[in-house]
Amino acid sequence: MSNMSIFGIIVTAMIVQNIIFAKFIGCCPFFGVSKTLDSAIGMSLAVIFVIVMSSALTWLGYYYLLVPFHIEYLRTILFILVIAGFVQFVEMAIAKFSPGLYKALGIFLPLITTNCAVLAATIINIDENLSFIKSCVNGFAIAMGFGIAILILAGIREKLEFSPIPKHFQGLPISFMCATCLALAFMGFSGMQI
Amino acid sequence: MNEILSPVFILGGSGLFIGLFLAYAAKKFEVQKDPRIDQIVGVLPGANCGSCGFPGCSGYAAAIVEEGAPLNSCTPGGAAAAGKIGEIMGATVDVSGPKMTARVLCQGHKVEKKYAFTGTINTCADVAQYAGGDKSCRFACLGYGDCAAVCPADAIHVIDGIALVDETKCISCGLCVKACPKAVIALTAADKKVTVTCSSKDPGAVARKACPTACIGCGICAKICPKQAITVENNLAKIDPEKCVNCGICVNGKPAVGENPAVKGCPTGAIVNNFKRPVKAAAAPAQNASAPVV
Repeated sequence: MSNMSIFGIIVTAMIVQNIIFAKFIGCCPFFGVSKTLDSAIGMSLAVIFVIVMSSALTWLGYYYLLVPFHIEYLRTILFILVIAGFVQFVEMAIAKFSPGLYKALGIFLPLITTNCAVLAATIINIDENLSFIKSCVNGFAIAMGFGIAILILAGIREKLEFSPIPKHFQGLPISFMCATCLALAFMGFSGMQI
Repeated sequence: MNEILSPVFILGGSGLFIGLFLAYAAKKFEVQKDPRIDQIVGVLPGANCGSCGFPGCSGYAAAIVEEGAPLNSCTPGGAAAAGKIGEIMGATVDVSGPKMTARVLCQGHKVEKKYAFTGTINTCADVAQYAGGDKSCRFACLGYGDCAAVCPADAIHVIDGIALVDETKCISCGLCVKACPKAVIALTAADKKVTVTCSSKDPGAVARKACPTACIGCGICAKICPKQAITVENNLAKIDPEKCVNCGICVNGKPAVGENPAVKGCPTGAIVNNFKRPVKAAAAPAQNASAPVV
């Protein structure tokens, strides 16, 4: 992946290796916040912002703090620390400077702290030996992939509200089945190399 | 030595740095909150039970100040909390309405089991899926303790196979009412001691066959009640809390005052004086001589 073009990284991270449908990471917010399109859009915007910023921060932390002292094995702890601190800070800053945005994103920002897709994105960046710029691009594409997935499911679930579904399948069960079908569809991309 | 020290310093240092930075940012970016929110959080009981319909006590406090939520939605706090919230908000609060408590409307701990459930499932909700539960009375408390599990006040315990509410601890949040798949728990007026402690809507013969303390819908209680507070609907006696005066005439074996001593209350013991109901020995029928007469 490190010798791929920017375009290749984007397509790979967004569609071929979609974080939800191919890697099954971040499924909790995927099902939790996909009841309506509105909340799904808010969540995916917040995720895009947080993943890009934490890709950059953790890349710096890894290559300037951990690598020089040969303590790369501590990356998970450091990354969690950085992501959690960053999200806290962003929440405070948004609450101060943009109350409107804070109301819109409000509940999603703290949720992202516990979103494993963020941690996964930063660790993928390191595992793939990406440069700083490519890390940010990769993070952006992973977040876009998350956004695509959650928007598709939210659209379907809004329609499901009006569908004659047997009582025992209503709610999450039918959502799991829809997500399965979506994941099967995305398997069509597997193995593609750009 | 370095292998130990450098991780400690790097990780501890970055943790310290981020912590200090966040502390500084919290001061710098502090948003002025309405001080009344914190005051209201102070007078709320802090049970975070969610019975007000908002996420936790702080969510309810914020909703009161910012969105004008009703001031009397806190059932655990009751009239006391509502009054204090009214003082803080400078509004008069309607605190009428009796204090409520949850009660388990079943004494069917001795009801025989229809089948022996040998799976590893141990919640009422799951067992209720199998032929309506393992009790031979289809309305009975299953005794697997779903209600006890959700109770935030530790007020419900399953004793001898039946759930019992400790009314001194109950905060009337209603979580157990929602959790019970058999709907044998109800919020009732706490000051009304006499309760029909049965939920069986089966005809008398069927109900009695399944349970010795079932309400058989005979109507004796309705006949002897001096206030006409009891009606029988769907083979089940029902006490109107507005009319009930706690006289206890309908309770098992208690002759009506000034009446023929032969006229006794509920013949099966389905009506119980709830304050006298022994918690440990729930097996015994309700006490008969000690019901206060008003």
